[in-house]
Amino acid sequence: MALLTVTDLRTTFHTRNGVYRAVDGVSFSVERGETLGIVGESGSGKSVTCYSIMGLVPQPPGRIEGGSAMFDGVDLLRCSPRQARSVRGKRISMIFQDPMTSLNPYLRISEQVIEPLLIHERISRKEALGRALAMMEAVGINDAARRIRFYPHEFSGGMRQRVMIAMALVTRPELLIADEPTTALDVTVQAQILDLIRREQRELGMAVMFVTHDLGVVAGLCDRVQVMYGGRIMETGDTLTLFRSPLHPYTRALQRSVPGLQPKGEELFTIPGSPPDPSKPAAGCGFAPRCAFAADACTKARPELELAAPGHAHACVRARAGEISVGA
Amino acid sequence: MADNILELRDVKTHFALHTGFLVKRRAGAVRAVDGVSLAVREGEVLGLVGESGCGKSTLARTILQLVPATGGSVLLSGRNLGTASRAELQACRGDLQMIFQDPYASLNPRMTVFAALAEPLRVHRICPPSEVRGRVHALMETVGLSPRLARKYPHEFSGGQRQRIAIARALALRPKVIVADEPVSALDVSIQAQILNLLSRLCREMNLTLIFIAHDLSVVRHISDRVAVMYLGKIVELGPAEEVIDRPRHPYTRALVSAIPVADPEVERGRQRIVLAGDPPSPIDPPAGCAFHPRCPHAVDRCRQAVPPLVPSGPGREAACVRLGEI
Repeated sequence: MALLTVTDLRTTFHTRNGVYRAVDGVSFSVERGETLGIVGESGSGKSVTCYSIMGLVPQPPGRIEGGSAMFDGVDLLRCSPRQARSVRGKRISMIFQDPMTSLNPYLRISEQVIEPLLIHERISRKEALGRALAMMEAVGINDAARRIRFYPHEFSGGMRQRVMIAMALVTRPELLIADEPTTALDVTVQAQILDLIRREQRELGMAVMFVTHDLGVVAGLCDRVQVMYGGRIMETGDTLTLFRSPLHPYTRALQRSVPGLQPKGEELFTIPGSPPDPSKPAAGCGFAPRCAFAADACTKARPELELAAPGHAHACVRARAGEISVGA
Repeated sequence: MADNILELRDVKTHFALHTGFLVKRRAGAVRAVDGVSLAVREGEVLGLVGESGCGKSTLARTILQLVPATGGSVLLSGRNLGTASRAELQACRGDLQMIFQDPYASLNPRMTVFAALAEPLRVHRICPPSEVRGRVHALMETVGLSPRLARKYPHEFSGGQRQRIAIARALALRPKVIVADEPVSALDVSIQAQILNLLSRLCREMNLTLIFIAHDLSVVRHISDRVAVMYLGKIVELGPAEEVIDRPRHPYTRALVSAIPVADPEVERGRQRIVLAGDPPSPIDPPAGCAFHPRCPHAVDRCRQAVPPLVPSGPGREAACVRLGEI
């Protein structure tokens, strides 16, 4: 039984300029203890997928149009606010891209790290502080006993991200949703934070959903990857297979755009055009207008995500028909 | 052999810190840029990399004279910009342009693309008023934008298109040198590649000198001829881009290179990573000797005593480490 099973999730935003389909029929599952990477460019719906699961989509303008997210027998999209609260912050935690805006600048770190414990567990303040301190040390904050009394502005960016991770892990969650947690950090600090997430995951045995646009981070961290574009999943599979033999043209194009993998001096590979307008859903495949392999069939019906091999699925009609091979 | 178009001689930019509310007292300084000497050749692309807070953006602003240098000098085609009069500086500005990270913040939201691109032409009297229109359209075409979009406002464009507008604006005065401060950091990978290709092409076609600031080493490796690595206000390693990034000599560059994630799971799983402990130290009170010694895995007593100078470390390469031959 998977820990989290999302089925046909559809999230829209109703704005003055029309209805934006941010997530348009996404299904996936996360097993206990595994790391699932969600990759995509801005506007691909990767963050909104996470926000929908956590119940953080502002409604209005947002609306969950359909689908389900089953977590241990509870549908997170339809359960009562009380049920949602018992899961959120306790069994599922989330960390965000910008730790400065997600920490409360008026509260000492100590108050913020013990808050989830006080809410979710029958525990005294003193015990909670003890656990918070142990967690701060575990995430690599030196001199934690003194620094726990600091305010967020007294920490550097990397340290703030550690505080946020400590906050998220202090309740020993079964699932950690990480929304681009290292995008705003320097590479050397990013390496520290990724190490930390890996270590804590081993120790707590939790599953991680890691959202990023950086294929390099995914390659080093994730067991499985799912590539999103225009609110839909284009391809999903285990990391090694997906990187070595991608089947969807978009996955391949994304891979080819990484400057580090291309010979110097030559023109960089680019994907022509720009991402789709989410208020004007395409009749066919969302990537078709930018795809080098697009044919008539691509613009007619919307391709569904189907298995090509055990554990490796993609949504490209031409690859499925064996008409194209995008291989690395 | 191309000449040095831009020369930095021991440039220092310190920001004074004060304490006290009514009576201000000087309480030290942030040594954002602390003794940078660099010669940039005409037509080359020089990459400038380093972590946040290492002073790379301040160095860019100092080159442009947007913040005054507190020591040393910046020479453009042999002329010292620090001692130039207002009028002379105004004349030089056309030769020296800047592109910023966030094109939404650097473009005036109430000016159409046409107005934004026509402004520098009028201010610097580049061409007679009757030709402004044609010049603006030509500029837009140069950066891959249709002149039909000239009447639109910045918010009507995507991030990549906005960066193209910012580039067109920098090109309007036909500069000799462009300083680009993290021009692609805010863009998606596929758009990033488009902008990098555009910058490469423009440099080649217009013989532009580009100082390209970024924290992404793989981007810098691709676009730059030479790369300078900064740490805490100083250059610690300098040399041909591929050499420095593929075979780094300075321990800091090594750590930086090893921290870049590689988009290949097999490589990524097999590699040894040098994970640096802690954050960079504060530029208010930098460590004695080599500023990197508290985080350096190879530090010995000698490193704590004197600031290591940049010394030759290979053909066309320099590094600032006293233990170069030993590690």
